[in-house]
Amino acid sequence: MEPLRQCLALAQKQLLLQWRTRARLGSVGVFGVTALLIFSFAVGPDSTALKAHAAGYLWLALLLMSTLSLQEAARLDVQNGALEALVLLPVDGRAMYYAKALVNTVTLGALGTLLIPVVVALYDAPMKEGPLLLLAVVWLGSAALVAPGTLYAVLTSRARAGDVLLPLLLFPLVVPALLGAVKATEVVMAGDPMGRASSWIGLIVAFDAIYWSLCGLLYPLLLED
Amino acid sequence: MKLMPAVGALGVFLLVVGSWIGLFVAPADRFMGDIQRIMYVHVPSAWTTMVCFTVSLVAALGWVYGVVRPAKDGQRSWGWDDALESSIEVGVMFGALLVMQGMIWAKPTWGVYWTWDPRLTTVAVMELMFVAVLALRSFVDEPVRRATWSAVTTLVAYVNVPLVYFSVRWWSSLHQVQSTSDSIDPEIWRPLGINAFGFLFVAIAFMGLRTQVARLTRETLLAGDDVGPSAGGAR
Repeated sequence: MEPLRQCLALAQKQLLLQWRTRARLGSVGVFGVTALLIFSFAVGPDSTALKAHAAGYLWLALLLMSTLSLQEAARLDVQNGALEALVLLPVDGRAMYYAKALVNTVTLGALGTLLIPVVVALYDAPMKEGPLLLLAVVWLGSAALVAPGTLYAVLTSRARAGDVLLPLLLFPLVVPALLGAVKATEVVMAGDPMGRASSWIGLIVAFDAIYWSLCGLLYPLLLED
Repeated sequence: MKLMPAVGALGVFLLVVGSWIGLFVAPADRFMGDIQRIMYVHVPSAWTTMVCFTVSLVAALGWVYGVVRPAKDGQRSWGWDDALESSIEVGVMFGALLVMQGMIWAKPTWGVYWTWDPRLTTVAVMELMFVAVLALRSFVDEPVRRATWSAVTTLVAYVNVPLVYFSVRWWSSLHQVQSTSDSIDPEIWRPLGINAFGFLFVAIAFMGLRTQVARLTRETLLAGDDVGPSAGGAR
């Protein structure tokens, strides 16, 4: 139970840090809204096309926001050698990963939740299967982006040109999760008479299971040096 | 390592023989005609890419094992990192060939250079993931850190590789289901097999020589590091 206790204590510390730097996270939220607005200019004022692609825009905005929020979370750790100090403590490396990934999921999930009304307002997106299912997709998808993202952010934040490296490493990797999330969101928005939502949600859950396990195992290796 | 040029030469010889049979001896496909002959390089490219990335997985696991269970004398198994660097580079090269040949084949067959077929998309994604590992390596200077980080990112990326192979079965697809030696004519199978070994030997030679280059580069850099600070910061 010791790693679990450590994980919760670290998550509490991370959440407190996120709360104290909430102005930065607010900026990430505003960036998301700006991105949603900009996507409309790429398509033009065709309200039918915008409505049809609303799910894709939501996830593109979330993907772009994820790199900013992950980088921000990793920056707080690397700054002033905080990570090195943490490594010196008798803390399980996996507990560090899961605490960080948990808080990153909460952050991104919350930002995604805030984007839903913006998508509804901007693109006139329907929610035929109800908001609860959409929320579930947003949170599961956020967890999928965060699992490898947390691993990579701690690595790129200590490399040269880390800002470029994080999306370079993360974007191709999360393609299956992104595909599942966009398709599931599309189905939840437009209605699901064929019952396709469960298979797409299944894909996101499988991605979550694989990468939350694998990245948790690998994270301690990055703290070895 | 002295064997490598000979292995490469054997690979080139097999490629010439296989391609000659594929182009001039094997019959044209009943439906696609001569266009189908690109298969004799396309399919071996796919197999070789997979072999290279699998070698990189083994190298990554080898390095990670050395981190988890360090040697008693404290020596690092640098050979794994050299093999990782070379196999990813060669794999990326064959992967790029694979994508380009696929696009050349797709245009007359499907009418477009690119289609969002799951296997095409997954190969492109896989290629980008390994290119990202190479990019990461170029931005990290400290050798131990670079080796561990590239091993970790390779392991994470490789999880995607089975998706490439099985995606055609998981999703409905425009891409044809993989053929086996039982389902294709021996006249077609023969040049394909020869070219597959040709590509394999060329890839082995490239990986062997590139591993040597990686080892020499690392040794030079490490020797430079040893000389620099101990020489009273003369650099």
